[in-house]
This record gives sequence, C-alpha cells and structure tokens, in this order.
Amino acid sequence: MLQLGIKELAKYPFLAETGDYLRDKGFNLEQLSDPDWKPVVEKAYGRIVVATTGQIYGGDLENPDLEILSFVIAIILLKSAGISTLNRRFSLAEARRAERYLEQGLNALQKDRSILENLKLKEESIQSSLKIIQDQFSIRVKMEDDRLKISIADYLRRAAHFNEREWKLVNRRVENGYVYLSSHEIVRLVRKELDVYINSKIQSVRVSFIPETFRERVEDLVLLAKKFTTTVIVSSDYPPCVKHAIEVMDRGENLPHSGRFMLATYLLAKGQTIEQITPLFKNAPDYNERITKYQLEHIAGSSGKATKYSCPSCEKLKSENLCFAIPECDGIINPVQFGTRRKTNA
Amino acid sequence: MGQGERQMLEKNVNFVEAALKEYYFNNFELIHVSSRTSEREFGYQKFNSGMVRHITIKNDKDLHFLLMTQMPSDVYCSNGYYSFPNLPMSEKDWKEADLIFDIDAKDLKLACRKDHTCFKCNSCQNVNEQSSKCVKCNSDKFDVISVNCQNCINEAKKEVKKLVQVLTEDLAINEEKILVYFSGNEGFHIHVINSEYQSLDSRERADLADYIMFNGVIPETMGISRQNNSKTSLPDIGERGWRGRVAREIFGSKSKRPKIIQEILLGGYSNFQSRLEEMRQKIGVRIDPKVTMDIHRIFRLGGSINSKSGLSKISCNNLESFDPFSDACVLGDEKVEILANCPISFILKNKKYGPYVSETISVPKHAAVYMICKGLADVPQDSEN
Repeated sequence: MLQLGIKELAKYPFLAETGDYLRDKGFNLEQLSDPDWKPVVEKAYGRIVVATTGQIYGGDLENPDLEILSFVIAIILLKSAGISTLNRRFSLAEARRAERYLEQGLNALQKDRSILENLKLKEESIQSSLKIIQDQFSIRVKMEDDRLKISIADYLRRAAHFNEREWKLVNRRVENGYVYLSSHEIVRLVRKELDVYINSKIQSVRVSFIPETFRERVEDLVLLAKKFTTTVIVSSDYPPCVKHAIEVMDRGENLPHSGRFMLATYLLAKGQTIEQITPLFKNAPDYNERITKYQLEHIAGSSGKATKYSCPSCEKLKSENLCFAIPECDGIINPVQFGTRRKTNA
Repeated sequence: MGQGERQMLEKNVNFVEAALKEYYFNNFELIHVSSRTSEREFGYQKFNSGMVRHITIKNDKDLHFLLMTQMPSDVYCSNGYYSFPNLPMSEKDWKEADLIFDIDAKDLKLACRKDHTCFKCNSCQNVNEQSSKCVKCNSDKFDVISVNCQNCINEAKKEVKKLVQVLTEDLAINEEKILVYFSGNEGFHIHVINSEYQSLDSRERADLADYIMFNGVIPETMGISRQNNSKTSLPDIGERGWRGRVAREIFGSKSKRPKIIQEILLGGYSNFQSRLEEMRQKIGVRIDPKVTMDIHRIFRLGGSINSKSGLSKISCNNLESFDPFSDACVLGDEKVEILANCPISFILKNKKYGPYVSETISVPKHAAVYMICKGLADVPQDSEN
C-alpha cells in the first residue's frame, strides 16, 4: 500500500496516517503543552477562526510539520470547547481545503505527464488523490484517453442524493458502465463524506486534560461561538400540501399512500407522537387501527432497527401531484422547512 | 393501504385451484426456487384471500409441498436478499437486491387497448363493452378487464429490447445476467442477477430508472444551453448512451445534419426542451419505475402461474419468436364446459375464442381457466368439474 509522504499528509492531516506520524515523531499532549509550542497553538486557533468565517485556510505546505500539528491542536481545542457549530464550520472548511488538493491531483493526472515539471512531486500528488478517493470513499477513478471516469454504481451512491438536475444520471455522459466526470465533479461527489469524516475525527478524539497553554484559546472559542447563535421563528401554519392531506382525510376521502406517507413523516418530523397522529387516519375509507399503528411505527423507525423515514422533498411531491405550492413555499425544498425563517447573526 | 381484489365464486376457485395443482404436480421439474434461496423472502396468495409473506422456502421440494398443500393462486419471491428473510421487515437485515423491471402493455396506452377491453359491472356482474353505464343496472362502477392482444405484446417486446440495449451498452451488464420472463399476463418481467448494481438503495435505483426511461433530461446535456450555442457541442450519431440515441433520432443521416442543426439553434432552448420531452415517449424505455426502485419487493416467481390469466411466468429464451399465448399457455387441453360471457374474442394456442354471450361452451381447460381468471366465465351450476 502506498504510504503518504509528509507533504501529502500536510494536505490531508485528517487521515489515520497522522496518528503514525505523531507516534514516529514522539509527539504527545504533555509535550505540546510546553510554552515553546505556543506559536503552533496560535496557528491552530487561527485555522479555526478562518474556518468560522466561511473561508478556506490556505496553509503552507513548505512547512508540513506545522501544518499537521496545527490541525491536530485545532481538533483538541475544538473538542475541549465542545461547541458543535464550530466543529461543523471547521470540518466543512477543512473538507473544502482537502478538496482543492484532491482536485489538483486529479487534474495532474489528466495532463501529459512527460511535460510536467517536478515530475516526482506531481506523481505523488496524483497517487495520493487516487488513494484517498479509493481508501476513504471506495471510489476507483479510472482514466480513459484524457477523461476521468468512475463506475455508475459509485456515482449513483452519491449523486442520487443531490437535488440538482445536472447530477441526474441521465444528464451525464454514460458509457459501458462508467460515468465520465471532471476532476472537480469527482471531488464534489465526496464532499459530504469528507466533511462527515473530519467531523467524526473531532468527535472521536480523546482529550485527557487541557494543557494550560490551550485554556485561553478554548475560552476564546466559546466566546466566538456566541456570534453564531441562530434565532428560529417557527410559524404554526402547516404547508399547503399537508393542509390538503389533512382536509382529504377529514372528509373521509381516499388519500393515496404517498399522501399518507407525507402526512405521517411531516408530523413525525414536527415532533408529534404516533398516538397523536393515528386519529388523523380514522376517517380513511380503509382505516384499520392496528395496521395504521404498525405502519406509523415503521415510518418512525421505532419498530426494530428500522430506518426512520424523512418527509419527501417538494420535488417528489410535485411529481406525485401532492404539491399545492403557495408564495410562502418559495425557497424551500422540503415541506418541513415551511414557515421556518432563519435569522443568523453571523 | 391497498385495494381489494375481485372476489371469485367458490365453484370457480375450486376449478382453477384444481387445474393449477394438476399442472404443478405434473411439472415439478419446471418449478424451481430462485438462486440463493435461503436469503430470500417468499410469499403467496390464495384466491379471495390476502397475501402471506415473510416466509422462507428451503428448496424445490419445499416449494412443491407448498404448491400442493396451500394451493396458492400466486407465488412470489423477493428480489432482496436478507440475513433473516422470515422476520418482520425491519428485522430482516437487508443485504442487497436484484435489479428488476416490469414492462406492462397497460402502461404503453396503445390505441388497440379499447378493442380488447371490457367492463364488468360491480353491482350486477354484467360484462359491458362500454364503461359509461352498465346496460343492465345503470351502475357506473366497473372492473376493467382486458384480454390478450398480439399488438400489445409486440410493442412490449420492443420495450424489452430497448431495455436490454441500455442495460448491456450503457450499464455494461453482461447479457447472461439478464433474465427475461413473460409476466404471465400482459407484459414482461426482467431480472438482473448478480450485477454491481445489487447494493443500490431505493433512491439510487429511482435515478437509475429515470436514466432508463430518459426522464429528467435537460437540454444542456445535449449541448443546448440558454445562450451561446454552437454546433460543436451537439451530439453525434456515433456517440454512445443517450446523446447518441438522441442524435440518431434527430439527425437520422449525416447529410441532413447541417440543416437540422440550423433549425435547432434557431428554435432555441425551450423548443428543444419540448422536443426532448416528445422524444422521451419514443426512445425512453417504458418501465414501471415503482417496481425498479423497490428493494423489498416480492415479485412473481418464475415458472409459476399468474392467476390473472392462468398463463405461466415463463422464461423467454428467444424473445423474437416467443409467443406468450402459446408458449405460456401450459394448462391442460382436455375439454370442459363453462358458462362464458366474453364480448371480445381472443387467441390461445393459435385458436380463436369468442365472442360469447352468456353461453355454455366446451373449450380446452387452459381457455376455460383463462376466461374464469379474467372474470369472463363461470363454472356451470351443476358442473362435475
């Protein structure tokens, strides 16, 4: 298996290899609490602050040790502060940063390698991009002529969960089991997983104690997070699709299965219990309390280890003729967002 | 939340059950469980009764035993593979599922449909040729009944060929993994086993179904955007996938290309969008997307009889020459008497039947079962059958 060089690790410090690197170098938390390491703590703090503003931390690959350590310390600071909004912003920004490098690596693959300067470095960058995409996300990127391709199944596993029409398979070049994509698109496919992966790293790190030299910056992070509190105004009104469904049920008319599913998932998402929802279905022409309860439990994911179903998207409801959009629906993609206006101070 | 099935008279049930049992008993060698049997969920229905599912069947012998003891009207097997197929759905532990496709002539909405459809009144059971009002009792509630039609099957076959082409060329599925069955009524079931698409979830399969149906395509994919269009981005007839198919559809031959390109560029974005929408009807494969996106479906078992018709869900090795109304018509040939009320004629095993107006007729058992299953005939009152 390919081992990443230190420069490559500096691009992707969230990888498990970072653990080996720290062990090899003999770094531990006690050591990092030494005041001599204060500049790295400052760099780590800066890395978080940049991330919270929505920008992408640039970094300095010429100094890979500093890059890797500042990432590690940033994670310790975040874990110690324990504020999820900061964790989210940080993991997203770090994911975006890694995306850049992954894309550069794939781009280099598409160029004629004989004319590349500094061939060895480029080669390493290509190999690490391919390795990360394969090891972390199980996607094997292949080259055909000058084009990058991945298997249709690998593509669908990600892209089918995107909402934009251009990601539908029918809007892609598909041949012989493969989807042809740009390097940017391939990296876009794994964005969410990358983000989730980095976030999980913050969650899973164990901090036995907070060194004195870190304490001040941890407190600063708590103060910083206050800026990002959100006020949510929730309207008590139901969206028109849900209103329609309730009216149909009230009249004792037959609401199609998809309509009942929407109604149930919507109300569950709004915190109602199965007991509260069941009576709504009482007027249905084919009402059976036992079956209704069973189905609601299934949808709510409360029977066995079933998945909890979420409310169908507006697009899906449109295709099922269950959408009765009104101007207040503008800008939402799922009924559960109806009437929820976010006001952010940041 | 489903709909009730049409009820069958007891004397009819007895007759059809006996015919099915006799066929199964004499043809055990044709009735097999699906591969990876122990990971599948099986289910069956009896006439006038609900579905029994979440059962496991170990082998062919078990299946034959079930056919003899339960006398099911229909037998089903899951496309999904589970660790515990006989537990409730949430505890089955889904592993993967075969890709499945349903092509039903009913969904093709062909012009011939009205010529082989009749309407059975829900109140007085009279069979009407029109659906406005029952000529006998004025009721307006009907069961819609259609009998077999060669044109429908030919059109459905075309869809199967289109599907197999997309599966092999675009999705790179080896033809050996594609099993084509006549559904036993008015269409075809296509099973894809052991492909790399087995582990896709429902939403991912829905997008795959849209691809196959050529659903949701945007003009940009074909090189037409809202501004700055050039002829170089339009698809070429030699391209693979949907771009190639669209190119062959609009350009036909190379010589016409420059003129047609001019028309497209002048016509603009929304014109081209409508053109793609029209094309979808013709070049998209008309599968039922609900079936393809279902990863927990119990799908009719190959080799079993479909109780909507008494025909068998039989494998089609050569689609071109396959004639479902002979090849899948597997029940006995001995003559039996039935009371038929069948206003439309139909063909089975190259013999034409009907129309019949409330008359007692003597027909081969397969034709008798066919009409009874369709609700167009009854076993006579004092029958010995």
